[in-house]
Amino acid sequence: MFTPKRLIRSVLISIWFMILVFPVVGIKIIKRAPQFFYERVLIIGIIAFVLAILWSWYFEVYKDRGESNGIFSRFFKKCSALSDKVSNDSRTALKLIIILFIAFMILPVFTSMYQTTVYSLAFLYVMLALGLNIIVGIAGQLVLGYAAFYAVGAYTYALLNQYVGLGFWVCLPIAGFITVIAGILLAFPVLKLRGDYLAIVTLGFGEIVRLLLINWANFTGGNRGIANIPRPGFFGMDLTPEQATIYIYYLCLFAAIITIVIVARLINSRVGLALQALREDEIASEAMGIDLRKIKLSAFALGSCWAGFAGVLFAARNSYINPTSFTFMDSAMILSMVVLGGMGSIVGVSLAALVLTLMPEYLRAFSEYRMLIFGLLMVTMMVFRPQGIIPPAKRKYYPTALQNEENN
Amino acid sequence: MSKVFLKGVLAAFLGAVLTCGSAFAADTIKIGVPGAHSGELASYGLPTLNAVNLVVDDYNAKGGLLGKQIEVIAFDDACKAEIATNAATKLISDGVVGIIGHICSPAGKAAMPLYNNAKIIAISGSITSPGMTLSGENPYFFRTVANDTASAVAGADYVINSLKAKKVAILHDNSEYGKGYAEQAADNLKKAGNVEVVLFEAITPGAADYSSVIRKVRNVKADVLMWGGYYPEASKLLSNMNSLDAVIPMIGPDGLKDQGFIELAGADAENVYASGPTDTSANPVSKVYAEKHMAKYGSTPGAFFDNAVSATLALLNAIEKAGTTDSAKVIDALHKEDIETAVGTIHFDEHGDAVGVGMSIYQIQNGEYVEMK
Amino acid sequence: MDWQYFLEILFSGLTRGSIYALIALGYTMVYGIIELINFAHGEIYMLGAFTAFIVAGILGTMGFSASAILIIAAFVAIVWCVAYGYTMEKIAYKPLRGQSRLAPLISAIGMSIFLQNYVQLAQTAEFLRFPVRMPRIEFLNIFGGILRSSDFVILVTSAIIMVCLSLFIRYTKLGKAMRATAQNRKMAMLLGIDADKIISLTFIVGSGLAALGGTLIATHTMQVGFGIGFIAGMKAFTAAVLGGIGSIPGAMLGGLVLGLAESFTTGYFAGDYEDVLAFVLLVLILIFRPVGILGKAKVQKV
Repeated sequence: MFTPKRLIRSVLISIWFMILVFPVVGIKIIKRAPQFFYERVLIIGIIAFVLAILWSWYFEVYKDRGESNGIFSRFFKKCSALSDKVSNDSRTALKLIIILFIAFMILPVFTSMYQTTVYSLAFLYVMLALGLNIIVGIAGQLVLGYAAFYAVGAYTYALLNQYVGLGFWVCLPIAGFITVIAGILLAFPVLKLRGDYLAIVTLGFGEIVRLLLINWANFTGGNRGIANIPRPGFFGMDLTPEQATIYIYYLCLFAAIITIVIVARLINSRVGLALQALREDEIASEAMGIDLRKIKLSAFALGSCWAGFAGVLFAARNSYINPTSFTFMDSAMILSMVVLGGMGSIVGVSLAALVLTLMPEYLRAFSEYRMLIFGLLMVTMMVFRPQGIIPPAKRKYYPTALQNEENN
Repeated sequence: MSKVFLKGVLAAFLGAVLTCGSAFAADTIKIGVPGAHSGELASYGLPTLNAVNLVVDDYNAKGGLLGKQIEVIAFDDACKAEIATNAATKLISDGVVGIIGHICSPAGKAAMPLYNNAKIIAISGSITSPGMTLSGENPYFFRTVANDTASAVAGADYVINSLKAKKVAILHDNSEYGKGYAEQAADNLKKAGNVEVVLFEAITPGAADYSSVIRKVRNVKADVLMWGGYYPEASKLLSNMNSLDAVIPMIGPDGLKDQGFIELAGADAENVYASGPTDTSANPVSKVYAEKHMAKYGSTPGAFFDNAVSATLALLNAIEKAGTTDSAKVIDALHKEDIETAVGTIHFDEHGDAVGVGMSIYQIQNGEYVEMK
Repeated sequence: MDWQYFLEILFSGLTRGSIYALIALGYTMVYGIIELINFAHGEIYMLGAFTAFIVAGILGTMGFSASAILIIAAFVAIVWCVAYGYTMEKIAYKPLRGQSRLAPLISAIGMSIFLQNYVQLAQTAEFLRFPVRMPRIEFLNIFGGILRSSDFVILVTSAIIMVCLSLFIRYTKLGKAMRATAQNRKMAMLLGIDADKIISLTFIVGSGLAALGGTLIATHTMQVGFGIGFIAGMKAFTAAVLGGIGSIPGAMLGGLVLGLAESFTTGYFAGDYEDVLAFVLLVLILIFRPVGILGKAKVQKV
């Protein structure tokens, strides 16, 4: 680990970093007088030195990472093996699912109210990430404005409730429907676009929705937002906020489970296979007789409705919404969940959604450094595991089984 | 029958879930301080945290409150509604007896229903949104800052009577704070009758150049520009007015009454008017805490520091006078007991607004705020 | 019609547009070579503004003239941002080469979050006043106050950069190597072009441009803050796409179109709808001309 060459290199890297950070970290202009903080630069130099040694050690020892047995790859290999095992062996899978289910079912009993609210938000993000996963991960259409659909869902409930007085359970399907319409409306003009241009148009769409929510203040309340959104009713009982929080927790949990089940069923369905063909190669799939128009529209419709449902739950959970919850950064976070989890993989994306929502909460121990660490982790994660935590298993075909069938 | 049975079972289940983890012994009195402690609004949130820490340090040095030490639990809500509900539940489950915060109104609006229900008093030194107290929905909300209505009324009044303006342009940043001020001001100007609001629109915060809107203001021949928003954008507007030689008097809400504004806008800030709580720098309490801030943090205090000091003093004093942390009695004390704070001698009215916080108009002259009579 | 007012609004639009163009040029260059939407580009711009602020703060105590301070500050900012850009590419993007297109995008978002918080922690969360204003240029007085010195400098700088970059890419050896790498990286490597070096070079040039933009725009707005990069980056990105991302004259044109559209919205309609209009324009142009105003359609290879 400590060869002279590597040491010299690491010292050089550390000096490079000290020079790099010197103006921003080492100098502060306080009341028009420059003040110098050399010790801060030195600390960064030391950190850079240690990291440089680890970095070069990792890349030299395990040169062909991914294929080899680097510690990270070994760890991830175990993850993939586990997920493979789970997906192939229905019994283990069932056991695991039951354990997880029970764990989440009794979670509110053992944790504080605060944890319960945090987890209900995390489940909402599981829904959102899985919804976006249909568009980005399964159908391969890059969308950067997903938060707009989320906003449409949340505002549908809030506005219908405010102006028409409709309740949560009535609004849930309506919001899903309206979000699907929004998804199709967006999809129509962009049918011909692909790749980055599609990404940019959807980014523009996301911004337009947010800006309209701000500017159409007479109707939407603008930045003032909408307050006093009722929580869902529970067989007509009056719930205290504590009970309501727990109730919302279970609603979010079940909504997430339903999403997981449906998306899992979708992947292996006829539509799902067509979506995957679209992701792999548009032209080839068109040649195989897939109607690109129809299938792209269904990708947007299928993906956006989950954002609508999640939006309604979000509005009910918070009882207050305003446009600041639906910025580009939120879209980017949901996209990060899909990519970090492994595009197309349900287990991976759900896991990433949980991790990315819960991590900032648990990083609070680092208080002001938490977003710094968060950004750094996103980069490191991509560098060491660009295909995501658990990339989806490729669908396998067994010709022998076919032969047996033919023999019969 | 089965429906009733189901209801019973579910209720029992929810009840069982709830009873766990709610009871624990309190050996300290906990005060929650939720607010923006990181991110772009941190400069509005951190001074409050510093204020609470300084006041609590004092109390603890004197032996605490009701014989117990006071503990400060800070929570970063980033001024976002969805994080604020997390913050509120977290603080409630930590067993705080009172809240100094939140800093921003979206956060406060989202969190207040939870505090109301948990019967926890929240005193904010910075939420100026009128509805928070006046709507009557938040019996547990108090504030040591004058609400926006007061600020806008004072501003409009000054424009009419002292600046004697005939044509007023109003710009805002579309934030709740800025737009609220702008709308209130416009209403008051229109009520006066002989003043014309020639321009009322929003600008996009964060833009690199505001020359087009300044040229528009010049084109409609406004005598005065009223600005509803925070000071970074105000500073950019002023810089554009200066470089376009289109300077007209600007008047803004208490967001412009901040030393940071003078530092940021420099010479551009000269002659700008801002409404703000009546000067408290001569106030002995304010002086003491500014010195303590200098000694502990090495800098002059930031935005809403005095309000937060006052909020903390009021809360701790009310608990002391009530002799208990029982919120009904503490609220009683808040209404009745006058206390000397950094914003003057105050008590709270039936809505929760502090009585005794005056509103004045200031002008920046030679880099200092000068109170206009 | 009030022509004086019309001209004023027109020039306001040009000012805004050239600000967008200045940042968009770096964006579009990086995209042209490696097809990466570099979300961290706005943060490099912000770092440039901060470095210039610090240098200007130090020089201000030594009694230099305003022009000298600006030139030195811009130079130092360029040097340091080039180093930042180079390092960033090595850490966050190079290891991801050959992976799916989305991996570097997420890495860029992570880098953007990191850099913002890095500056906030190391410096401050508050806005700071940039210490020097652009000196007034005498001969602009003949325009009767329509064009200010900082508008003029920004506009001229972005035009000069656009021309230089276009010439550089068209005629120099390195520029040709860049174009070759952009067209087909494998083929370029077979022909003896060191693609890694070319990509590093792209980041270096892009970051240098961002730093120059940061300095100039900081003297124009007179303030720096850790959050300025995000909004500026979004707008510049929109401008680059509008003009045809990957095309250098396109970035300039896109910036100007965006700036003019915003300025005229404010001037003749209402400032509230400035951003809405900008994004509607973006969506419309992309729908009817998916490659942007000056972009060239790529032939789809089957």
